[in-house]
Amino acid sequence: MQGNEACAQGAVDAGVRFFAGYPITPSTEIAEWMARRMPTLGGKFIQMEDEIASIAAIIGASLTGAKSMTATSGPGFSLMQENIGYACMTEVPCLIVNVQRGGPSTGRPTAPAQGDVMQARWGTHGDHPVIALCPWSVQETYSLTVKAVNLAEKFRTPVILLMDEIIAHLREDVKMPDPRKLILEERPRPEGGRESYRPFGGSAGQIPPMADFGMGYQCNFTGLVHNEVGNPSNDPGVTDRLIRRLTGKVESHRKKIIHWEETLMEDAEIAIFSYGCSARSAASALKAARSKGMKVGMIRPTTLWPFPEEAVEAAASREIPILVPEMNLGQMALEVQRVAAGRSKVHLLSRVDGELFTPAEILSALKGGF
Amino acid sequence: MAKVDIDKYPKASLDINIRWCKGCNLCVTICPKGILSLDELGKITVDKPEECIGCGLCEGTCPDFAIKVVKDA
Amino acid sequence: MPSDIIRYFRQETLPHIWCPGCGNGIVLRDFAVALEKLNYPRKEVAIVSGIGCSSRAAGYLDFDTVHTTHGRALPFATGIKMANPELKVFVIMGDGDASSIGGNHLIHACRRNIDLTAIIFNNYIYGMTGGQFSPLTPRNKRATTAPYGMIEQSFDICRLAEAAGATYVGRATTYHNQLLTRLIVEGSKNPGFSLVEAVTHCPTSYGRRNDLKTPTDMVRWQKENAVWIEKIRDGSASLKEEQFAIGVLHRHNAPEFTAEYLEVIKRARK
Ligand SMILES: Cc1ncc(C[n+]2csc(CCOP(=O)(O)OP(=O)(O)O)c2C)c(N)n1
Ligand code: SF4
Ligand code: SF4
Repeated sequence: MQGNEACAQGAVDAGVRFFAGYPITPSTEIAEWMARRMPTLGGKFIQMEDEIASIAAIIGASLTGAKSMTATSGPGFSLMQENIGYACMTEVPCLIVNVQRGGPSTGRPTAPAQGDVMQARWGTHGDHPVIALCPWSVQETYSLTVKAVNLAEKFRTPVILLMDEIIAHLREDVKMPDPRKLILEERPRPEGGRESYRPFGGSAGQIPPMADFGMGYQCNFTGLVHNEVGNPSNDPGVTDRLIRRLTGKVESHRKKIIHWEETLMEDAEIAIFSYGCSARSAASALKAARSKGMKVGMIRPTTLWPFPEEAVEAAASREIPILVPEMNLGQMALEVQRVAAGRSKVHLLSRVDGELFTPAEILSALKGGF
Repeated sequence: MAKVDIDKYPKASLDINIRWCKGCNLCVTICPKGILSLDELGKITVDKPEECIGCGLCEGTCPDFAIKVVKDA
Repeated sequence: MPSDIIRYFRQETLPHIWCPGCGNGIVLRDFAVALEKLNYPRKEVAIVSGIGCSSRAAGYLDFDTVHTTHGRALPFATGIKMANPELKVFVIMGDGDASSIGGNHLIHACRRNIDLTAIIFNNYIYGMTGGQFSPLTPRNKRATTAPYGMIEQSFDICRLAEAAGATYVGRATTYHNQLLTRLIVEGSKNPGFSLVEAVTHCPTSYGRRNDLKTPTDMVRWQKENAVWIEKIRDGSASLKEEQFAIGVLHRHNAPEFTAEYLEVIKRARK
């Protein structure tokens, strides 16, 4: 099974029943798969006139209670930014898949890259929460897509799945779980009467319930600063509470959201911090290094945002050097450096030529001792 | 501004929500009987309530929902 | 306002934010009267708007409402309608919102003939941002960004919608309240994309700059320049400079998008 297919299958198994998108390499297979499969499930697929319309449509669909998603690549992801912020502000769950390709601009449509990591975090304007996940295999693409849909529902927020061209087009055997056994999340929905319902209420860390359009709660959604009921407000107190609550909603649950994998870190004297397609080369380099007696370990985050600070801690607390191979000019490396705070030497290994890292070049960076 | 056949309408009274009036003067100029004006605070007043013919033009033009024409039974 | 439609409003949000004499309040009330006439169960109605003075209208109405991003109301509405075709979806946009930043979405919503009722508050200007020209600002009119007069041609948004495939197109003004209400009612009943252009007035950002000093002057301008389409059709009137047609300007039958998709579902499940 191909990575893009695994993503689509995972989404559907997680309950996604609405897809809107616009064709773009290397994500198009997801849309094509959805066009075929959605109607067989009674779901809806629509090819919109552009990516701005695509994300608008999925937010609209989500307002009616449908789990919804879109898939794109760099240029389309850039176009979506304003409405990603809208979904954050109005707390509408949805999934945005960005299959990263070489950029900036049209860049290299068929070449892999990891250049959208910071855009995923800060692409839309203003302070806002972001959850972004990043798989390194076809199997994990499936499971992280399910997780992404669940997180979006649970926290009433858009979730970004950052894939890359390699994972998207990779074919690997996938062990499909029985979809009926998956644990699926549903957004909290209101139960009481209309009078007491606060669609944007609650204290930091609380996720206010969300009524579907058509349930009879008559809610107002606006990207303007709004009070607990949803009416626009210019009140400084209301503004402060809202903006802090939005970010607090994700931050206060970060322990439940973040996830990373450690390989041979117990006795490691050097750590590799890597994610997505680069981590595949890094894993081979680690094996080769170990066979030569080098005590190398690896930390591989599957959650990029919120940044799993605890993962870096495993290396930084022991003050061992950290190598960060990534297919950009240094994005996650900045976060690693921030958390290491001088305790570990952090070395960035960059590639921006559209070619995957070879295990050999990672190995030689490890040997070089940087 | 508009011509109204006076005999067509029953008499009526105006129910005015003064808080919502923004003093735009639209009702004053549209009233075929010329019985409305703005007071010194710039809010609508009904000068000659007895002359209202209940045509509803003021209600239809007020952008601020400040006027309701109540037809006398 | 007529007493019985006040129940359609979120009264705690009134008075509204619009300037004294702004026509948006009139369009909003005529829309509320249309909702009363349509008498849909309240929870079956969704109202979507973009960004601009006029788009604030959605938030005053006590229905499921979404005030979206500038120009994007139609794709949001498309997602809502497609995901739940049971909902009656109305879309409120300004002229700039609908025809400039949202122009591409507009022609595609028309082309799909998706069952939405779009109400375009056309004040010929960007009101919210203080009076820049829009694609509907007539030639030679002044705007802050056309201080020497507008040199671009303007769109006739009704003809644009018709050419793009909308199945119901009409125009009324804030002077022609009953017509406006009737067009919204008929537009909503039309099973397909309906566009109602509501010519409204912005005294603050348009009138002052264009020799229409008061809201009354602006409403009078509408009255004098609106020509009933029936009169044009039977030859008893023709359009002179600045004049425009009002009434039901176009209608035709065509397959509706969400209904077509339900057929796709049936085909796919066979
Ligand atoms: C992406 C984006 N660009 C620009 C704006 C600024 N803006 C807000 S409203 C508006 C135009 C409003 O004009 P119109 O759509 O005609 O509505 P009106 O205010 O006249 O009712 C603009 C340009 C924005 N909010 N978002
Ligand atoms: S039309 Fe309405 S807002 Fe304007 S002056 Fe009359 S009552 Fe006041
Ligand atoms: S600026 Fe114009 S459109 Fe906006 S509220 Fe004022 S009068 Fe109305």
